[in-house]
Amino acid sequence: MTAVPVIELRDVTKIYPLPSGNVLALDRLSIRIERGEFVAIMGPSGSGKSTLLNQIGGLDVPTSGILRITGRNIRKMSDDELTDLRLNTIGYIFQKFNLIPLLTAFENVEYPYILKHRCNDTTGRVSRLLNEVGINTRMAKHKPAELSGGQQQRVAIARALVNDPDILLCDEPTGNLDTKTGAQIMDMLIALHRQGRTVIIVTHDPSVGEQAERIIRIKDGKVDET
Amino acid sequence: MTKDIILQLSIRSIRLNFLRSLLAALGIVIGVVAISSMGMMGANMTLSVTEELSAMANVLVVKANANGGGGGMMGPGGGGSGGSSSSDDDYISKDQLDDIDRAVGQYGLVYPLYQDTETIEVGDNEGRATIYGLRDEDMATVLTVEEGALPKTTSSVVVGPSFAERHGLTIGSRITIGDEDDDEAVVQKVRVVGILEEKGMSMDMNTDNAIVMPEKTFVGLFGGESEYDQVNVILNDINDADTATEAIENQLNRKEDEITVQDSSRMMESITSTVSTLTTFVMAIAAISLLVAATSIFNVMMMSVTERIREIGILRSIGTRKNEVLRMFIYEAVILGLVGAAIGAIMSLVLGWLVVLAMVGTTKYFFTFQSLIYVPMAMLIGIAICIFSGVYPAWRAANLDPIEALRSD
Repeated sequence: MTAVPVIELRDVTKIYPLPSGNVLALDRLSIRIERGEFVAIMGPSGSGKSTLLNQIGGLDVPTSGILRITGRNIRKMSDDELTDLRLNTIGYIFQKFNLIPLLTAFENVEYPYILKHRCNDTTGRVSRLLNEVGINTRMAKHKPAELSGGQQQRVAIARALVNDPDILLCDEPTGNLDTKTGAQIMDMLIALHRQGRTVIIVTHDPSVGEQAERIIRIKDGKVDET
Repeated sequence: MTKDIILQLSIRSIRLNFLRSLLAALGIVIGVVAISSMGMMGANMTLSVTEELSAMANVLVVKANANGGGGGMMGPGGGGSGGSSSSDDDYISKDQLDDIDRAVGQYGLVYPLYQDTETIEVGDNEGRATIYGLRDEDMATVLTVEEGALPKTTSSVVVGPSFAERHGLTIGSRITIGDEDDDEAVVQKVRVVGILEEKGMSMDMNTDNAIVMPEKTFVGLFGGESEYDQVNVILNDINDADTATEAIENQLNRKEDEITVQDSSRMMESITSTVSTLTTFVMAIAAISLLVAATSIFNVMMMSVTERIREIGILRSIGTRKNEVLRMFIYEAVILGLVGAAIGAIMSLVLGWLVVLAMVGTTKYFFTFQSLIYVPMAMLIGIAICIFSGVYPAWRAANLDPIEALRSD
């Protein structure tokens, strides 16, 4: 493959220094994810998958090794550059939805757009995205607390997409939802993948993982080859 | 116009915790009101005292220096006839008077006066009295007659109201000046033609308890023509006191210290400075209330940060920069400060007015620059304190680890 992989980890190690001794969360991990892939990262709790997610998401930097996101080594980035990476390149979808409680559904989706473009959305993109995830205009005026879990996650998906990110990073996206709603959200993610987006799902739920094209299993901070 | 989403978040956070924010702003309100009303009280007090004092303090008194050389010679007949004043040896000559007039004539009225004390007799009662001699041309400008008229002849005088009362004098009463038992003394009988208006305490000349006569009469009695005991300068503007004093001293004390200038505005300066010291002290006490306000703002901001840790984590994880988070909390502090200061400003106009009315007794100076300047000043202090109190909480919020922040509940 000649194209630059969207995510490339080479011998990535992450050590958390703790008073009780250093914790090796990622142990010389190497992963390559190509553009347009639908990958599930799976593993038991404590396996290092959350740490891996934080590294890929630009929330944290590895202790050593090379981690390239869309070809750029994030270990060389300043805090502001990492922040801009999260704003422009990565779309986050969290287990707990993580909408901003002070803003309406519409404003939650518009928020990253304003941060990026320094102006309100006049293109109708926010409304269109909300419409695509099944949130109508009336619901868009509600605060997150007034929406159901499924609705909140839909808003969160719209928010993740608003700056047209290269990577859609989902952390247990169905973990806080009932089976039926969870399935709807999964369908939505699969549909997004079909549209050509790179989707990475971190989960411990096998039924979620199964729906991905590829499963990367993590155990003790390493890729579990078995 | 671009909507500042960061500002929006600050506003909404304040609105969400409206009561808490209002209470925090109340601290600023109280601080601003306390500082500005105390400041205004002080300013009004200073202005009012200044005006009261400047009515009498606008006088420079020039006297011959006891050790000075100029004018120290004994004039013909000077100080001989029953006069007991020791200052007779030192007088200000006509030349010196002209010099003074040249030096400071543009700042106000320059007039010389003769002064002595002499035995007097009204009816059968003997006593001693202060006697002033004034040039005819100065009489009309310097003296204000309550009753009667100014003396026109050498045998007529005017007297001060206290003096008149004490000796039971009315228009037309006769006074004998000089000791009739002393053969060498010059004795003159004069008639009271006018009673002066009460003047109160004064620096230049205390006419309330004295006899005032024309120069010619005085010289006739005591001799020493054009040997003035003192020269008064009544300034048009009290602020010229220093300039005028310097001008006189430069003109006359070039070689030796011929004269001394007593600047009665100095006394006023010391009173005003006492008032302003007092004001500063009271304002310092008022400032303690702002310290309390600072603590409450700090507390509210810390609460706001702690409550919103998770939200800060979300904001950071979806691409909000550190300085934008910092700005969000600084905005919050600034809004609290602005609202508090604005309410405080309105209230301090009302309360300050009442305080000034109660403490100074007049609100004549309330709407002057010196007084009202304390309102924006206190507002600025209030807002500054708010920002100052908000810096640390905001800095903490901005520097939270997004992963840790996201994990909190």
